[in-house]
Amino acid sequence: MAILINNDTKIIVQGLTGKTGTFHTEQALAYHGTKMVAGTHPKKGGTNWTGSNGETLPIYASVAEAKEATGATASVIYVPPAGAAAAIEEAIDAGIDLITCITEGVPVLDMVRVKEKLDASKSRLIGPNSPGLMTADACKIGIMPGSIFKKGSVGVLSRSGTLTYEAVYQTTVAGLGQTSAVGIGGDPVKGTEFIDILELYLADPDTKSIIMIGEIGGSAEEDAAQFLIDEAKRGRSKPTVGFIAGRTAPPGRTMGHAGAVISGGKGGADDKIEAMRAAGIRVSPSPAKLGETLVELLGS
Amino acid sequence: MNIHEYQAKEVLKGFGAPVAKGVAITSLDQAEAAIAALPGPVWVVKSQIHAGGRGKGKFKELNKDAKGGVRVSFSADEALANVKEMFGKTLVTKQTGPAGKQVNRLYIEDGANIDRELYLSILVDRETGRTSFVASTEGGMDIEAVAEETPELIHTIGIKPSAGCTNEDAAKIADAYKLTGKAREQGIELFKNLYNAFTSKDMSLLEINPLIVTKSNEIQVLDAKVSFDNNALFRHPDMMEYRDKTEEDEKEIEASKYDLAYIALDGEIGCMVNGAGLAMATMDIIKLYGAEPANFLDVGGGATTEKVTAAFKIITSDPNVKGILVNIFGGIMRCDVIAEGVVQAVKDVGLKVPLVVRLEGTKVNEGKAIINKSGLNVIAADDLDDAAQKIVKAVKG
Repeated sequence: MAILINNDTKIIVQGLTGKTGTFHTEQALAYHGTKMVAGTHPKKGGTNWTGSNGETLPIYASVAEAKEATGATASVIYVPPAGAAAAIEEAIDAGIDLITCITEGVPVLDMVRVKEKLDASKSRLIGPNSPGLMTADACKIGIMPGSIFKKGSVGVLSRSGTLTYEAVYQTTVAGLGQTSAVGIGGDPVKGTEFIDILELYLADPDTKSIIMIGEIGGSAEEDAAQFLIDEAKRGRSKPTVGFIAGRTAPPGRTMGHAGAVISGGKGGADDKIEAMRAAGIRVSPSPAKLGETLVELLGS
Repeated sequence: MNIHEYQAKEVLKGFGAPVAKGVAITSLDQAEAAIAALPGPVWVVKSQIHAGGRGKGKFKELNKDAKGGVRVSFSADEALANVKEMFGKTLVTKQTGPAGKQVNRLYIEDGANIDRELYLSILVDRETGRTSFVASTEGGMDIEAVAEETPELIHTIGIKPSAGCTNEDAAKIADAYKLTGKAREQGIELFKNLYNAFTSKDMSLLEINPLIVTKSNEIQVLDAKVSFDNNALFRHPDMMEYRDKTEEDEKEIEASKYDLAYIALDGEIGCMVNGAGLAMATMDIIKLYGAEPANFLDVGGGATTEKVTAAFKIITSDPNVKGILVNIFGGIMRCDVIAEGVVQAVKDVGLKVPLVVRLEGTKVNEGKAIINKSGLNVIAADDLDDAAQKIVKAVKG
């Protein structure tokens, strides 16, 4: 089962012809035959993309054309920041169900505009500034390294790309494996929040436990904790391990991610950890002990 | 990117906001002409630094009873005396930290006849994903304290992006301030103009504290703080002109040339990490094992060998650094690129402190091979825990 994507998901690449798009599309194709079906480029429609191992994909001039021709339901965006918002809007207009924006550094007011359009549509957006999402042994969208995944029972969700990899890697080493992993992205305004993904993991029968990785800034972790408390009252809960990055971050400084900043006394790590604990989440003291903590929790 | 108050007022004035007449000076010999250019009878001399709390701040070099960083003067002579006392001194406010900031620019402004002080800010509310006004009648004070003690006095008005700030939105803000007559008319115009300024210049924060109502019931912007979204600066070269590099850390300026996210901290272990979350977590785990990080450094996803080399040089230029931890979990970032950058940097600048390298993810075997073949004295680590323990042990013994 897993969530959002599986081996049948057909994916269009927006920004395939660039270096990054090319590299990660090759990786995706090599990952259990992820169905990357087409690329788009406004001026290169009708041509073919060729990867370094001789793989080829057709290029269409627009997402709408590519969707029409291939029946794709998902797209992944590798275009530079200045054009990322327009790429998301194009995918929304084409009626793509699941849009994943990898691009880092999208202006926040562009996302404010996109969010209004997104809310009025049926599309789901993951990101921007997301590492993408994966379903183990089935489908790879984005830039997560496939080699660290192992099919299993843990659902991973995170605001940080590389910390997602830590959680995946550690659960693989611990022998638990993953159903899916979703990086929702580190920007302040984004398409999908923790609670949206938690809802999917709670509903997925194959996902037996969850690792949620937050960071300083905003209140998404507190919202997620409240959501888990409310769901537990309805009898839905799964063993969950949490981690918050940025305990040592100084207030007022943006820590790399546009969304990672403690401002006005809000968004600090301690409040988030407290909220997680109140929701019954086992908070790992160290980013290196996510897998271990989950094994302990499952054994207790 | 932050800019000074006088620059912020210049920008806002361009959008039709009412600001007092003022002249900025960057050297003492400009002071007399600046004071003479203003009509009086009241001159306000304001320190221009990128930190709040200037009025209540204290100058390090002056005695404790000396006035703060914003001074009202009732004659041209008094204004000049204030300028001379303040210029070049170090102002310590609750936002500067104990080191304070040197005042290299002063803004001399025409005094205002204040009846009421209000608070206004515009920012992107991450919970709603909308640009929002925050309005309070409690201006001129620390707004965080107001939010803490009397949250009912803080009004938040979200703006629908496709509609912009409408007359109805602006009227709601005017209501929150209980504006009447002329001030209300001017306010409604001003709020729409400020929204335009915020959105068309890609600001991340626009704060006016205080916004004042004068005794003749007119609206005026008395203080202004503007920050821009760094990700959008590429489309605002005119705003880039306002950048004041003397307000920034030298290492951070160097890092920004290479598009590296770097923040200087006070500890002894230099960190080079890919990804902001992992970079923060790496700082956290260093602390967990009893040492302190010297910096936050995210080399980002698109790092080249050149960028990695630059990052390494910035870390080693910090005299506090007693050891370096490179922690890379390659996704978009390839371990071989990182390895080549580290090897190149060590060749260029040498290596005088212990270096622990942990590589995992995309092209990890290629990366490890490059490090091994280089013959560098590198301590290899298997995972994050191992890496953190090894670097703390190497530094602390």
